[in-house]
Amino acid sequence: MDYHSPASFAEASALAQNATGITRFLAGGTDVLVQLRSELVTPDTLIDIKKINGVHDITRNSDGSWTLGVAATGAEMSEHPELGHDWPGVVEAMDLIGSTQVQGRATLTGNLCNGSPAADSVPAMVAAGVTVTVTGPEGARDVAVENIPTGPGKTSLAKGEVISSVNIPARGENGGDAYLRFIPRTEMDIAVVGVGVNLRLDGDIITEARVSLGAVAPTVLLVEEAARAIIGTTLDDAALDALTAAASAACNPIDDKRGTIAFRTEVAGVLAKRTAKIAYARAKGEQA
Amino acid sequence: MSKLHVTTTVNGDEVEYLCDPRETLLDCLRDKLNLTGAKEGCGTGDCGACSVTVDGRLVCSCLMLGVEAEGKQIETVEGIADGYVLHPLQKKFIEYAALQCGVCTPGILVAAKSLLEKNPDPTEEEARYWLAGNLCRCTGYDKIIRAVMDTAAELREAS
Repeated sequence: MDYHSPASFAEASALAQNATGITRFLAGGTDVLVQLRSELVTPDTLIDIKKINGVHDITRNSDGSWTLGVAATGAEMSEHPELGHDWPGVVEAMDLIGSTQVQGRATLTGNLCNGSPAADSVPAMVAAGVTVTVTGPEGARDVAVENIPTGPGKTSLAKGEVISSVNIPARGENGGDAYLRFIPRTEMDIAVVGVGVNLRLDGDIITEARVSLGAVAPTVLLVEEAARAIIGTTLDDAALDALTAAASAACNPIDDKRGTIAFRTEVAGVLAKRTAKIAYARAKGEQA
Repeated sequence: MSKLHVTTTVNGDEVEYLCDPRETLLDCLRDKLNLTGAKEGCGTGDCGACSVTVDGRLVCSCLMLGVEAEGKQIETVEGIADGYVLHPLQKKFIEYAALQCGVCTPGILVAAKSLLEKNPDPTEEEARYWLAGNLCRCTGYDKIIRAVMDTAAELREAS
């Protein structure tokens, strides 16, 4: 295995483009090293992106949007004094992943590129409308988070492409987001169902919404039907029932020891309702 | 395959080693630097027995490569005591019998020290969450938590 620590994303991209065999990028390494140690994936080329300037930075831009470096850790996100105020759902989703030790290393970008349908941060990012900047041989482009995973362990990134930043939109007025997941134990487990909701209000009426489901299909889903069920409503009982039905209808889950198809499908509806209530309360400024 | 040269600081001392890029920081600490306090329990970041701090941040040394330590400040359990004078956490762990087989203890000491540096007055719930990545199959955790909470109280009084 060749180890490289390039000084720029252009250099990282070129290294990956010219590499043969299996290439992995190394950020926090909490998935890559587990796969390496268990001999599931032994890369021929390992490209450590942490020596690139700015990869740990969490920056609020002048328009209120956020740019996160690809090696900014869950711990750094949780400790940031402002990020969790704007996007509590995104920060809480990331914070649910693993132990204190894992939080010291794990990153949003790694969680996304690992391609797990159950990745906790991904539904929260999809709901929030997060994009990533992808640097490749042809230059850089921005891609919506929901267009990165293509199946379990698979992404749409081509050879030579590397995610070079995470871009979170400006929070703006009267908005709120939330993420909830179901796991069979109290803490530190993989989501059986995860739901991210992000919405904006005009008075009591929801004017914009995005609803995302995790762990109920081969990829994290952006469920437009579920968003339509609550847009234009005050999140009254009828809207919540419609949301529940739309979330459950979008599910195409696996049956395994942690949750049956029927269980995951029902829980997706219940969690969508609970998550939307939290996001709504946050948009009203009623709940931190 | 050529080995890589790494210069890093462990418990305040500058050290150097040659490592294969596949070797973890835990492998390097134990096999090259003879610092065998950090243990390999699971090797996959689940058990916390290999906990160390890197630039002040608590991590699993099994989830970090040895080459990534270049230029970092590493603290291990071997650096906790001041010579033969035990750290207050170590004394309390003995007083409370907060260990049986001892395999998890180095990692828990490193993690608990990291907690108290960040939060000198944790609630029991905060301490339990912070240490949730350190598995112990002997004690049932109760004595560990009591030892950590009592150390925190003692350190607050002393400061």
